[in-house]
Amino acid sequence: MTLAFDLLLALALLWSAWRTLAAPRLDRAIVLFIAFGLLMALAWARLAAPDIGLAEAAIGAGLTGALLLDAYGVLQRRRDRP
Amino acid sequence: MTSGLLFALVGAALFALGVAGVVLIDHLLRRILAFNLMGSGAFLVLVGLAQRNGVPDPVPQAMVLTGIVVAVAATALALALTRKLHALTGRLDLPEDADD
Amino acid sequence: MKRFAVICSALLFVGSLAAAMLELAPAAIDLRGPVAAHLAASGVSHPVTAVLLNYRGYDTLLEIAVLLLALLAILAVVGEPGAARPAPAHPVLQTLARLATPLMIVVAVYLLWAGAFRPGGAFQAGAVLAAAGVLLHLAGLLPGWQTPRLRLRLGLAGGFALFLAVAGGLLAQGTLLQYPPALAGGLILLIESGLTLSLALTLAGLFLFLSRDEVAP
Repeated sequence: MTLAFDLLLALALLWSAWRTLAAPRLDRAIVLFIAFGLLMALAWARLAAPDIGLAEAAIGAGLTGALLLDAYGVLQRRRDRP
Repeated sequence: MTSGLLFALVGAALFALGVAGVVLIDHLLRRILAFNLMGSGAFLVLVGLAQRNGVPDPVPQAMVLTGIVVAVAATALALALTRKLHALTGRLDLPEDADD
Repeated sequence: MKRFAVICSALLFVGSLAAAMLELAPAAIDLRGPVAAHLAASGVSHPVTAVLLNYRGYDTLLEIAVLLLALLAILAVVGEPGAARPAPAHPVLQTLARLATPLMIVVAVYLLWAGAFRPGGAFQAGAVLAAAGVLLHLAGLLPGWQTPRLRLRLGLAGGFALFLAVAGGLLAQGTLLQYPPALAGGLILLIESGLTLSLALTLAGLFLFLSRDEVAP
């Protein structure tokens, strides 16, 4: 049962990572990357590492996602108004 | 197979995916995403491989915790450089080497 | 052509690494035993915090230095400070941000305190505090930071300075960062408090300094 969950989580990690790089639109890629970060937090919980899971959820998914979306928004606004 | 070994294998695949992304993709923001995938893969290998017999090991866990914080600082610096490059030249990719 | 070669070598890399991992013999050095054996003398009862702040204190000391360095590099790179103030967000979001911020501060303090004996610690607490700052900025309640003044500079460098001062003080009586077991708990809590504050300001600063070159909407 836990092995099935682990396999599912592993597949979800690989798929979201692949889609992050292959998504045609950049904003979707960034949102997929945030989803990847949250899946990583789950993987850390499965690896009995709750400390890293907490940090990954707050930093890897939260702060990095906010930084990336902010940069995307600024670049987009600059393009719209040269 | 323990979760540690399984996630170490996933980490190796993520690292390779990230390297391929960094090499093949021109868009700088996407390159930063690929770079972060590389980092996550390395962290998974570090912790997963140390725990392949199923017992938690605090030493690699603490090292990865440090690594995550450094990774976000590196990402922020890369984004700052990208934004500066875009403000100065209007490009979002790096020019190819002339002798390539 | 390049694409094909890169994908093939990536697949080859994954294949050989996976084969090596499946064949790997048990590790010759296992640090789990020593970590557990010296936990009583480390001042905290959670092994990950003990590794971070006591056994491998160098890592954390250098990490906060790296973070400070990254922030300085960003300050050098981003453009002239503008007068950009974020557009005020929807009132519902603003109210939500006002309600969430005190809760996030409570969570951060709890995480800092809990780090001594269960999962938690300075990194997570600092990240939650930084997220509160980013939330306030996105809701239009906190303007992006301009050139840091004295108080902010002290806050940014304080954690590193405090850590370095403790390390230097301990150097006088022997080894760098070797806490006397009787004082270890208190010293670790002191360092962690400083680290939490500096980490929160640095991580929030990564966002708030970057947003100062934003074009005014």
